Amino acid sequence: MASNEEILAGLAEIVNEETGLAADAVELDKSFTEDLDIDSISMMTIVVNAEEKFGVRIPDEEVKNLKTVGDAVNFIAGAQA
Amino acid sequence: MARKVVITGLGATTPIGGDVPTMWKNALKGVSGAHTLEDEWVAKYDLPVHFAARCSTPALDVLTRVEAKRMDPSTQFGVIAAREAWADAGITDIDHDRLAVAFATGIGGVWTLLDAWDTLKEKGPRRVLPMTVPMLMPNGVAAAVSLDLGARAGAHTPVSACASGTEALHLGLDLIRSGKADVVMCGGAEAAIHPMPLAAFSSMQALSRRNDDPEHASRPYDLDRDGFVMGEGAGALVLEAEEHALARGARIYGELAGTSVTADAYHITAPDPEGLGATRALKAAMFDGRIQAADVVHVNAHATSTPVGDKPEYTALRAALGSHVDNVAVSATKSQMGHLLGASGAVEAVLTVLAVYERQAPLTINLENQDPEIPLDVVTSARTLPAGDIVALSNSFGFGGHNAVIAVRSV
Repeated sequence: MASNEEILAGLAEIVNEETGLAADAVELDKSFTEDLDIDSISMMTIVVNAEEKFGVRIPDEEVKNLKTVGDAVNFIAGAQA
Repeated sequence: MARKVVITGLGATTPIGGDVPTMWKNALKGVSGAHTLEDEWVAKYDLPVHFAARCSTPALDVLTRVEAKRMDPSTQFGVIAAREAWADAGITDIDHDRLAVAFATGIGGVWTLLDAWDTLKEKGPRRVLPMTVPMLMPNGVAAAVSLDLGARAGAHTPVSACASGTEALHLGLDLIRSGKADVVMCGGAEAAIHPMPLAAFSSMQALSRRNDDPEHASRPYDLDRDGFVMGEGAGALVLEAEEHALARGARIYGELAGTSVTADAYHITAPDPEGLGATRALKAAMFDGRIQAADVVHVNAHATSTPVGDKPEYTALRAALGSHVDNVAVSATKSQMGHLLGASGAVEAVLTVLAVYERQAPLTINLENQDPEIPLDVVTSARTLPAGDIVALSNSFGFGGHNAVIAVRSV
């Protein structure tokens, strides 16, 4: 079980790996598309990598609800619980 | 009168140089880019061939990590070569709707395809990443170059095995002559030094097995040749309508005077032993460029170093050029960099253009006992090409019976 802080740090690492964005730019209130300029292909890559890293399943129909980094952190925390 | 088309930019990343100046310096010196492969998969799969000619500059030394992640290795090489050619051409003001791409590959994203298949088997479908399709598609390199340059007059991918790179120039010439574009980024890219293609080419007895001496394995025209050496990399050339180049005061390397493509319709892999398809291609390219045999001073031959391939090309050259073939300086540059498959025609076009521009023919290495059935004047030491108006030809032939020829004229 990872804490929300650990999930955020892990997500930031995945986003950095995929897009080159600095990890500290990945903050809870940031929108993946609006603020981080992440396209749908990168988003799916991030989702798949997050599933592997955190041992959770993020259904495709759920991905469109993950608008902000905080949404993703909350979903992963809930899925781990 | 058809529009004249000139070459104004060159780019390359190859086993004998990660850019054009380095490659050219080495091509005149005569070096081998072939080395023993240190990869664990050589022993793991007990491959019959233990060597290849890798690019001398890894793509990740040039591209950013994030750029490279979204490209198959073949596309990485293509983008590197295209960027160099574009910078070399120095075009600052262009109507992007009049800029096209004709960028070839023989195989396409074979690393991506096979890596994804391994992932599917080991980890299941969820782990097959969404960039897999755009990275494995053979038009991936043309698409990436188009995106990179903002080229909107079409992005094309001729695929004709080892003739692909030369066919890209054939298409590029047509696009400008027919008025569909003013500038075309042409090229070819390949990255197939992967155990599966090595096993497959080996299985058809196409690759040299000189495992104890990789640097001497690629030996076109030599009696002891036993197959080609797998290479990788990319070449790129900026073709430009002459009036477009003159209007901006561009440095012009030469004219792409004529091109041609023919098909043997003889056998799926074996070359026509009489070289009839190659002869027709040579004659057609010369006719297209209004070239007489006596104008031709240099040929960059396809010459892959296979026992069966090198001779029919000689037969074709003699049929097309007549007795004048004895006066032509022939370079077999695959002796140095191996066979870049779908990229070979583009890289050899870069060398052919430079030979005309610099009046120097690149070297053929490893020719110790020339096959008496191939009595060509092979360039094995420094050779200056004559002054005045000259023409050089470059041949490429591919599995499937594809023959492609380009003719470059000095300006």
